[in-house]
Amino acid sequence: MHSFGYRANALLTLAVTILAFMCGIASFSDNFNTPIPTTEVQVLNINWFQKKPDGDDEVSLTLNISADLQSLFTWNTKQVFVFLAAEYETPKNALNQISLWDGIIPTKEHAKFLIHTTNKYRFVDQGSNLRGKAFNLTLHWHVMPKTGKMSANKLVMTGYRLPETYR
Amino acid sequence: MDWQGQKLVEQLMQILLVSFGVVAFLTGYMLGSFQTMLLTYAGGVVFTALLTIPNWPVYNRNPLNWLDPSVVEKYPKPLPATTGSKKKSTKK
Repeated sequence: MHSFGYRANALLTLAVTILAFMCGIASFSDNFNTPIPTTEVQVLNINWFQKKPDGDDEVSLTLNISADLQSLFTWNTKQVFVFLAAEYETPKNALNQISLWDGIIPTKEHAKFLIHTTNKYRFVDQGSNLRGKAFNLTLHWHVMPKTGKMSANKLVMTGYRLPETYR
Repeated sequence: MDWQGQKLVEQLMQILLVSFGVVAFLTGYMLGSFQTMLLTYAGGVVFTALLTIPNWPVYNRNPLNWLDPSVVEKYPKPLPATTGSKKKSTKK
């Protein structure tokens, strides 16, 4: 501690160590938050449902997505990524997940929303399995904290059964 | 900076930084704002730096009083031969 440089070095080292410690506790404080998200999705309409020339089934849906994800946000949350997936089983694959819509929620104020939309990404099956197929609609979310580990969770909602015929 | 000043400055630095860290964390957590925590802590670090890094006069109140060379001349210097034998005797 006898010279300017030594004092500056000692101060910076200790300051950064304490900062790292604070970030660690901030990350730990997220454990005290128990999120209770609610979400609901309605399939309002099947816009069209057809077999593509290459044989794969494709369907276009109109959806009402409402969710309240405010409880996911703590003081240590940077943003939340959400996506709505259609999940179903086919003889070939035990789990098919098709992302229909996604979004990035930057703040708590935007975490309660109601969106009326057609599917953002194409709902195409790898094969011709969609006629009369029942699928689950699942809302997945990934919480990205300012410091600490990312976490992910999901909520499975009531599904929908596609019609037996193309339209 | 003298010896007492160095000791004082080190203790001051540690106490200030830790307490600013605690205060910053608590205010940030209470207000639910990560940015507030970072800004409070940054302010605390700058304040501590200004207080402890420059060689303020407060840290020089106990200067070492070195003997004047003229005083040293009056006394005989220790002989290297005698100190060597002393070391040997202590080892035995």
